[in-house]
Amino acid sequence: MIAYQTDIEKPKTDPGVDKKYLLTAKQMATFVTNGFLMVENIVPDELNEAAYRDQRELNIPGFRFWTDTDSIRAVFDQPQVKGIIQGLVGINPVYDHSFMHVVKAKHLKAQNWHADSILDLRPLAFDIQAFYFSHDAPREMGPTLILPGSHLRKANTESIGRYKNIVGQRQLEARAGTIVFMHHGMWHCAQPNYTDQTRYVFKLRLRPGQEQRGLFNLDGYKDPEVTQIIDKGYREWQGNEARIEHNMRARLWRYVTGDDSVDVSFERSLTRMGVIEV
Amino acid sequence: MSRLRQQILILHLAVSSLEGKTIAWAFFDGAALADQPQMQSGDTETPPYGSVLDAMRDGWNVIQLPPLPVYVSGHEHESGHLPYEYVLERKVDLDSLSN
Repeated sequence: MIAYQTDIEKPKTDPGVDKKYLLTAKQMATFVTNGFLMVENIVPDELNEAAYRDQRELNIPGFRFWTDTDSIRAVFDQPQVKGIIQGLVGINPVYDHSFMHVVKAKHLKAQNWHADSILDLRPLAFDIQAFYFSHDAPREMGPTLILPGSHLRKANTESIGRYKNIVGQRQLEARAGTIVFMHHGMWHCAQPNYTDQTRYVFKLRLRPGQEQRGLFNLDGYKDPEVTQIIDKGYREWQGNEARIEHNMRARLWRYVTGDDSVDVSFERSLTRMGVIEV
Repeated sequence: MSRLRQQILILHLAVSSLEGKTIAWAFFDGAALADQPQMQSGDTETPPYGSVLDAMRDGWNVIQLPPLPVYVSGHEHESGHLPYEYVLERKVDLDSLSN
């Protein structure tokens, strides 16, 4: 039996963001269903330009970009960014890994499919990774390829490396000022850069500093337009497992809403089978 | 040394039937030289065959049928790798490829 710490309580010195900035129920349902939330225009031009300048001009190792540049800190200090992070991982997340990824011009080798880090032992709790785009990253520049909806499927690092193409795979083409907030379990891989420009993406991993129950703006979380996001989140590639995926989303929804009786499962089967969360 | 080389096609289907729809695919070409490109992640949007049966009709030999999933009590509502993974092969003659 493996024991794990599910809720690391820390002193809550930060009062958190104003509710108007907090992650909404629709956004959370989208995250639970797709495994990511792409937020465009969340970072203003002047901050993008400063970060892009630092990426190009400062010769800082990727793992020190977070600690050694003010521009990237300014991006993540914005209330609208903090509000999404707070809704996903709470007020005191642990910033335990970051890297400024660089794909050189004309680097034509794609990464193999993988999930980052190592297979997670937590049944429902999750880390997030923020992918920040300081410059436009069109498809030909090789932004990350992801498989939407794969975040809850167990894969250990590159155990999926022999997969090459999957129906529904999606490249994260993004404009400058976009941040993609991603569940740590997402299957993904970097793509070739066919352009003559270097591509940068800054990746920041955050671990919850508290139990992830009821952290977002819960207003309307039972509304039909919210629950239908989960109900209709089927993906063709999920095939025969699609209903199981649906119920996995429903279990995660109970966890993040903090409502152990809410039921958005397939045919509301969690209720029918009397599944209670322990 | 034989001039025959193996090509491997991996098709993942939506269901266990060989007629099931292809939802993922990978190709490894033993006839390609070491410095020639292989299929890469994300390089195509359309599968080469709609099903394993379609590939068989085109001359591919199935060399692996995946065992059906085993559902472990207490873990029924969990998922992982793509379960319906079929491995197909064909042999190609290097001489015929160079002609």
